[in-house]
Amino acid sequence: MPNREIDLTTFEELKQMSGEDFINELLDTFLDDAPKLIDQLKSALAAKDAESFRRAAHSLKSNAATFGARRLSDLAKQLEMLGKEDKLADTGDGLNALEQAYQAAAIELKGLRA
Amino acid sequence: MLRAPGQLLVVDDNRVNRLLLSRGLEQHGHQVATAENGKQALEMLRAKSFDLVLLDIEMPELNGFQVLEALLEDPELRYMPVIMTSASDELGSVVKCIEMGAEDYLTKPLNPVLLRARVDASLEKKRLRDQQRRLFRTFATPEVAEELLKSGFALGGKHVEATAMFADIRSFTTLAESQDPAVIIELLNDYFALMFDAISGHGGTLNQMIGDGLMAVFGAPVPHADSRERAVRAALEMLDNLAAFNEQQRVLGKPEIRIGVGIASGVMIAGYTGTQHRATYTCVGDTVNLAARIEAHTKVAGQPILIDENTRMGLPESLAVAALGPVQFKGKQQLVNVFSVTA
Repeated sequence: MPNREIDLTTFEELKQMSGEDFINELLDTFLDDAPKLIDQLKSALAAKDAESFRRAAHSLKSNAATFGARRLSDLAKQLEMLGKEDKLADTGDGLNALEQAYQAAAIELKGLRA
Repeated sequence: MLRAPGQLLVVDDNRVNRLLLSRGLEQHGHQVATAENGKQALEMLRAKSFDLVLLDIEMPELNGFQVLEALLEDPELRYMPVIMTSASDELGSVVKCIEMGAEDYLTKPLNPVLLRARVDASLEKKRLRDQQRRLFRTFATPEVAEELLKSGFALGGKHVEATAMFADIRSFTTLAESQDPAVIIELLNDYFALMFDAISGHGGTLNQMIGDGLMAVFGAPVPHADSRERAVRAALEMLDNLAAFNEQQRVLGKPEIRIGVGIASGVMIAGYTGTQHRATYTCVGDTVNLAARIEAHTKVAGQPILIDENTRMGLPESLAVAALGPVQFKGKQQLVNVFSVTA
């Protein structure tokens, strides 16, 4: 299966920085934290808490970029902007799209485990 | 490349970033501690010494800006080098941090080569700065050193109201000729160390050491309203230090030394003289000349500490002085009232 979600150059740089044996631990941390951040996005949206929404999207954007998950990072960035501008009402399908992008990225990342 | 490991503090609310940065830098030989927010970071920085901080901007509790602000306001932490770590779309914030005094920045996702290069460069700069500060402090009080570092060696002068002190060793030439050269140099070094402690302990600056003589100034470059009292108390401590030193010398069968101290207060011209390559903080003018003349007069008067009338006016009653009457000094048209410090 070709990698569509993960930019391999970024991923290789990450491996080089963390060390081969550490990449799995780092991956597990991300795969552990990301669903929590998505949950935070959902509850912040329900509670109309733009600040909490923005923070969760910011962290997800940053972590996705670290692993080379570009599409996920871009989607998270769009949500971060909505939170920043206090326009949660404009989220529309954004959160679903983000969750799907995360599922796809997670599958590829698990395949990249050392 | 041979590098000394640095003590680093990574501050980031994001667990992945914390892990990645600490792991990446530990692999490179550094010791890394982590903090989850700005508040925790400040607590750690105040409790323990670090060489470098990698600071995230976007954080709960205190954010990166607030941490930078707190560092700048803390005299102990003002020079702590900080590298900002931020998302690539936060460059506006990064610019603000650099303007505030952050040393450098890294964008996330981090590039491993850049991470190591910038951390090494910052640590190297810090080592050089620390070395420079240690050197300054060897030759100047912390106040003078700080002013030099801040002003960037502006050699300009100004008028200051201060107190000048001269001291030298009695009959040093005779002493020097009768002793082994190594003994004399050791004696001089012990002597200057004792004098330096007494002078800097009272906020004075030791400006010049020439042979067995020294010049110090109190109340400049950092103004002290009580510069006259400080100078006299320093002189008394110099004598106390010497008495203890002489007792030790006596036991060892080594030569003892006596000194004379002259002190005068008033307006003087202060500044850094020399060249950009070699400069000292010094004071010149009539008041300084008078202090030198008064110091020479200690031999005639047979008293170890002599002061002028202006200095005497600045002393509390607890410091006992005896008036020695007016003295005619070379180069002075008017008679000068001289006082001996007796307690």
